[in-house]
Amino acid sequence: MSPPSRSAGLIAASLALAVAVMLSLALGAKSIPLADVVHDLFQNDGSQNATIVHELRIPRTLLGLAVGIALGLAGALMQALTRNPLADPGLLGVNAGAAAAVVAAVGIFGISGLAGYVWFAFLGAGLAAVVVYLLAAGGSGGATPVRLALAGTAVTAALLALTQAITLLDREAFETWRFWWVGSLAGRDSETLAGVAPFLIAGTVLALLLARPLNALALGDDAGRALGAHVHRTRLLGGVAITLLCGAATAAAGPIAFIGLTIPHIARAIVGPDQRWVLAYSVVLAPLLLLVADVVGRLLVRPGELQVGIVCAFVGAPVFLMLVRRRRIAQL
Amino acid sequence: MAQLLAEPPSPPEPPRAVRVEVRGRVLRTPGGAVAVRVDPRTVAVCLVLVALLLALAVVGVGTGDYPLSAGEVISTLLGGGDQSSAFIVETLRLPRVLCALLVGGALGLAGAIFQTITRNPLGSPDVVGFTYGSAAGAVAAITLLGVDGPGVSAGAVAGGLATAALVLALAWRHGIQGYRLVLVGIGLGLLLRSLTDYLLTRARYEDAVSAVIWITGSLNGRGWEQVRPLALALALLIPAALLLGRTLRTLELGDELARALGAPVERGRVALVVVAVALTAVATAAAGPIAFVALSAPQIARRLTRAPGPNLVASMLLGAVLLQGSDLAAQRLWPGRDLPVGVVTGVVGGLFLCWLLAREWRGRRRT
Repeated sequence: MSPPSRSAGLIAASLALAVAVMLSLALGAKSIPLADVVHDLFQNDGSQNATIVHELRIPRTLLGLAVGIALGLAGALMQALTRNPLADPGLLGVNAGAAAAVVAAVGIFGISGLAGYVWFAFLGAGLAAVVVYLLAAGGSGGATPVRLALAGTAVTAALLALTQAITLLDREAFETWRFWWVGSLAGRDSETLAGVAPFLIAGTVLALLLARPLNALALGDDAGRALGAHVHRTRLLGGVAITLLCGAATAAAGPIAFIGLTIPHIARAIVGPDQRWVLAYSVVLAPLLLLVADVVGRLLVRPGELQVGIVCAFVGAPVFLMLVRRRRIAQL
Repeated sequence: MAQLLAEPPSPPEPPRAVRVEVRGRVLRTPGGAVAVRVDPRTVAVCLVLVALLLALAVVGVGTGDYPLSAGEVISTLLGGGDQSSAFIVETLRLPRVLCALLVGGALGLAGAIFQTITRNPLGSPDVVGFTYGSAAGAVAAITLLGVDGPGVSAGAVAGGLATAALVLALAWRHGIQGYRLVLVGIGLGLLLRSLTDYLLTRARYEDAVSAVIWITGSLNGRGWEQVRPLALALALLIPAALLLGRTLRTLELGDELARALGAPVERGRVALVVVAVALTAVATAAAGPIAFVALSAPQIARRLTRAPGPNLVASMLLGAVLLQGSDLAAQRLWPGRDLPVGVVTGVVGGLFLCWLLAREWRGRRRT
């Protein structure tokens, strides 16, 4: 794809994202006409519609944008760093690590409130990422896609059982867990976003700065080193960025799988292997998918709603199965 | 995407050498119509496992709000003891212990068959999605249909069978290949888990808790009504599995060699899958989808006996020992909290799986 058409595509995707944002503001249990949404956005006149837009829909949409960007970037980073097309924060146990740590914070240490447990989320996400990577990378052959997926599954299974043990022993933790665990943007106030925003911004900036060295690393460690990339520094910074992004996104919205898996694939299908463009497209496409999934979830079972994590799983799992059935990966 | 996928894939796992050891001695009936090769080490391991199993069972029957000593348990079981301890032993605790032993044995056996068929230490009902499928089926039965008891079991078995069939169908491409099976199972498992989680958010607190306990796998409150059908089914399935064991040994050599040796490869494999899935299904119906017993029992058994082949009997005994031991741990570690046994097997088994993967990838041993 030529550079001008890449830019044009990015602009088109951004416009689609803007439409998704408007839809996310307008649609829901009580749908509001788009014209009224625009009016209410700029003028909070205290009417019921304006209150809904300002109190519920704006925080929710902003959170969706932030979480989407975080998961898309984290997925793209993971796939580039591990050179593994199956990498995804949900599949590789990073989200489960954050989730188990949060449940432990609530159930064992009695910490409630995002400001307290977000640190646990980082700790859990970071530890899980390191353990999974070390497990898969140990020994000969390196961290192949299959190994990473298996290591992620093993770590996830152990963490899930631990999470269940804690939640079954503590009613409050159970009630928090079962609604948070599915991955949802509903009922999060603006403080949630404010609490995780600094980490998300730091992670995003770090991820975008890594685009160039990641391009060099795509050729393999040795070639990357020859091209002047710092292999270990890039890996380390990438790990920090993934931890920040996944930990903050999971603390805010619960574990949401498959966004980080599908979006980088779509981005690569559009722009090719250049990480700078892959990351840029991921930043736009991931929140687009997340917001659309969220809106669809609101509309499908009105007046109730289908949590965004579930809609994402139903969109993403077929993509995963398709990837697995491709000959190259299946051969591993 | 093309570029990334077009990268040279990491080298395929090297074909593992199958070392056919001939150990032990052959016992023959007069005339040689039936001949069985007996490995002394395997026999010794199995005897130790039986002893361990009996000991754990006695401790298990003695454990609870009203503790009984080992002597009291044994004398009660043999028909002595007073009326109250007879009630406690025979009505309350014995069925639970028997349930643990039978479920554990069935899972160990199923795991050994799965791992040999897929020629992969990770091939187990957990990994091919049966567990997640039965969890989704059970939660759907509890939260949507509002049933309990046998209804939940039926839902679980239906969900598990449907998922296993779907995974096998999706992974089928010129036959079943081990790693594709595992990956398809992982993907479908994630999908089913999110479905289960969604159903949980829609349930009342009480239903949600009982659903979570059920899908974790629990032996709490199991009585004779679970033990009887389980024992009946296993009385058919275990001999069937052991009879098919010979085919299994041959399949382990690889399809081509097995065919050359005259084994009915495809038919044998289908029969084995049916038996293994049936074993998993009856175990799940009785106790819920208990994680990792099927995965770890054959692995540990193989290390203990050091014998090649599927180690069916040792895996079965070890499964029973593992599950009864885990249930004891769950009862003793958190007395009075009725923590489901699946929590213990999940944590311990997950860590064991991590260790197993690390070891295998270091390439220090053959699998």
